[in-house]
Amino acid sequence: MIVKDIIDILEGEIICEGDLNQEIKTACGSDMMSDVLAFVKDQSVLLTGLVNPQVVRTAEMMDMACIVFVRGKVPDESIIRLAEQRGITLIKTRFRMFTACGLLYSNGLSGGTKV
Amino acid sequence: MSNAIHLHYEVSGEDFTRAGEASGMVKKRLKSLGYNPDAIRRVAIAMYEAEINMVIHADGGFCDVDIYPDRVEILLSDHGPGIPDVDKAMQEGYSTAPDNVRSLGFGAGMGLPNIKKYSDEMRIETTIGVGTNLYLTIRVNP
Repeated sequence: MIVKDIIDILEGEIICEGDLNQEIKTACGSDMMSDVLAFVKDQSVLLTGLVNPQVVRTAEMMDMACIVFVRGKVPDESIIRLAEQRGITLIKTRFRMFTACGLLYSNGLSGGTKV
Repeated sequence: MSNAIHLHYEVSGEDFTRAGEASGMVKKRLKSLGYNPDAIRRVAIAMYEAEINMVIHADGGFCDVDIYPDRVEILLSDHGPGIPDVDKAMQEGYSTAPDNVRSLGFGAGMGLPNIKKYSDEMRIETTIGVGTNLYLTIRVNP
């Protein structure tokens, strides 16, 4: 799956455009950034309902190419600028967390871990 | 060792939104030096969690980073309240962070466990009312 597929599946809207052809292998959905940081997987997408600059920094540390804000949440300018500087794609979707994760999962994206 | 690259960063305790700047800069530097991406990620995550801890609990501090060909050594030093029970603080899920920190996405009690997980050596020197020094070593392969 590539970033473009995620946008299609989640009927998402691009807020900040990075590399839309970047391959995505796994996903992680959480509002707790420490839980995200506990899970190291390459080429992941982060789904979150949290909107603050630490979401982008977390993605940066983890080499994540894409962040999806669920339930139509919109990040402010400072967050968008941070993502721009780091080449991270920001997407918003109207779907809620559970549904957004379910849609990606049923389209073949896994959590990357067995548990 | 003479071939170490030394970096120093002040971490502001006042602005939570800037927490992680130092870790981001170290990550960038390691990338430009051509270190292995997995190793860089471990350094970045361990240092980032520690930086967040400094801002949440200790009103900031400083980081000294020494980059060697085979390892990265990091000292994170603060003049915060100290850690009363280090063993407890090392348990996953144990947190003394205030609720407003949880609404920012941290304070889940995963900070120190994550730091330990991603570093090869970790040592905590802490004195109540004086502060905390956290020493980390992460082995890297160029």
